[in-house]
Amino acid sequence: MSIQKTHNLKSRFLWCLVYGLLILLALFTCLPLVYLISTAFKPMSELYLFPPQFFVKHPTLDNFSTLLVSLSSSAVPFTRYIFNSFFITAIIVCGTVFASTMGAYALVKHHPPGSKLFFNLVVAALMFSPYVTQIPRFIIINSIGLKSSLLAVILPAIASAYNFFLIKQFIEQLPDTMIEAARIDGAGEFFIYRKIVMPMLAPAWSTLIVFSFVSSWNDFFSPLIYIKDVAMKTLPLALNTIASGGSGIGRAGAVAASAMITTLPTVIIFTVMQRKVMQTMMYSGIKG
Amino acid sequence: MRTENSDYRPSKFSLFWKKYSTGYIMLAPFAVLFCLFIILPVIVAVVISFTDYNMFDHFSFVGFKNYELLILDDDIFWTAMRNTLVFALIVGPIGYFLSFFAAWVLNQIKFRNAFALAFYAPSITSGIAMSSVWLYIFSSDRYGLINNVLINFGITDDPILWTQDPKYILTVIIIISIWMSMGTGFLVFLAGLQNVDVTIYEAGAIDGINNRFQELKYLTLPQIKPQLMFGAITAVTNSFGVFDVAVAVAGMPSPNYAGHTVVAHLYDYAFIRFQMGYASAIATILFILTFALGKGLIRALSERG
Repeated sequence: MSIQKTHNLKSRFLWCLVYGLLILLALFTCLPLVYLISTAFKPMSELYLFPPQFFVKHPTLDNFSTLLVSLSSSAVPFTRYIFNSFFITAIIVCGTVFASTMGAYALVKHHPPGSKLFFNLVVAALMFSPYVTQIPRFIIINSIGLKSSLLAVILPAIASAYNFFLIKQFIEQLPDTMIEAARIDGAGEFFIYRKIVMPMLAPAWSTLIVFSFVSSWNDFFSPLIYIKDVAMKTLPLALNTIASGGSGIGRAGAVAASAMITTLPTVIIFTVMQRKVMQTMMYSGIKG
Repeated sequence: MRTENSDYRPSKFSLFWKKYSTGYIMLAPFAVLFCLFIILPVIVAVVISFTDYNMFDHFSFVGFKNYELLILDDDIFWTAMRNTLVFALIVGPIGYFLSFFAAWVLNQIKFRNAFALAFYAPSITSGIAMSSVWLYIFSSDRYGLINNVLINFGITDDPILWTQDPKYILTVIIIISIWMSMGTGFLVFLAGLQNVDVTIYEAGAIDGINNRFQELKYLTLPQIKPQLMFGAITAVTNSFGVFDVAVAVAGMPSPNYAGHTVVAHLYDYAFIRFQMGYASAIATILFILTFALGKGLIRALSERG
């Protein structure tokens, strides 16, 4: 921000108000997360303390060991759910980055006939509530025989209008000169995509990694419907089972620990990628 | 380049193919998945909504019967619709303005990355994971954080049944959802604001704009209109799709259907009762509603300024 305005009392008061609201808002958004982390480290005595305490006094790793050790005697160990989540998410992230960047590049820089119509459909799809397509998608998945396959969770997640839209907006800002120079030098189209377009798109696909990671990691609805094999269930499903399932003295601790394990990876990946995300988001937006 | 296709004749097919085949091949993976899992389902949903398809028996077309039943006889649908509208009308605008306000202020202060993480973190956390925290905060017994505070200050003698009393369920879902809705809108706004050309503020100062709030109204908002629209559409889609937080807080079905949303109703008929025709009618109505609202918002925002 460039301008230095008259610092009269009125505007100073307004800014104090603004900062006050901002700090309140930050407290509102952060407190549940702080509590989540604090609870995960509470020993049994503090979990059932009355009145309950917000912050942990004697942090311990008991809850995590309960979760990882004692549950490992059950049919499906908790670590298996962590692996499942990482496995499915990794495939979705790779597929999304590959399909969206290549498709959007072809759309913008090759514009084959029909591109405009296709892009209009993508913009319209931004307005579909994802749940609207769930039933017919369920029928389609059934009829092409993917019902009890992990592909039923993976393939639809790759077809994200939101991610395609972001990449497309970003590619439009790329200069054509490097691509044309490479073409004159006789480079093949897939070579250009791999060696010239992808490096220039690095911030864009970093953003895609974050978005598709977050959405597939947290996805509850499609694993709930399509994953029937207990050994293939993902973290949010496992967490839901632990949280709503049989009581037992260790449950509150196990819920807190598994909630933290479920939450942490998304926060970490966003923190790491934040700078690149900001760079990409500049080009989002719909021209009215 | 594109005018060449307008006089395209079959004899020119090989030329046409040579020119565009790479483009089509590269677009194919996304285009196929997109059509198969997003476009085709929308078409299929509309068709099925006119049938009595239930996954098991042979189905037949029943005309508008599903819609008639849904609109005229299904009281629970109207409860769900009312809950969803109340929810969307509160969470949509509040989430939208809070995230814009946060982005606008953050853009003018230091440590903006740290603040950005604080505001963005809630929307990247799993709804299921965070509802365990919120269930503690709103727990209906004396252990709940809010009940505990209320009892300590003598405001109430008995714990309030936040997640069981139909009076409070929707409010609890709304508060949690506002917390989670700061997400993508916030990031888009912040990035848009960072991209505004600062020279227009100098020009504005010469023209007599003398505080930040005038600056916001006359200079900043018109500049970031595309971002405002994008945020509005995401807000509409998200606020009409409320489901998992509602189920996590109040269960399904919730007491007296106080936390029942349109998507919960859809889920009930589709995946518990397998009445796909009926569920598709619900989906079609939801689709028309969000689409009309999204389009309306785009139009309203592009006319202003």
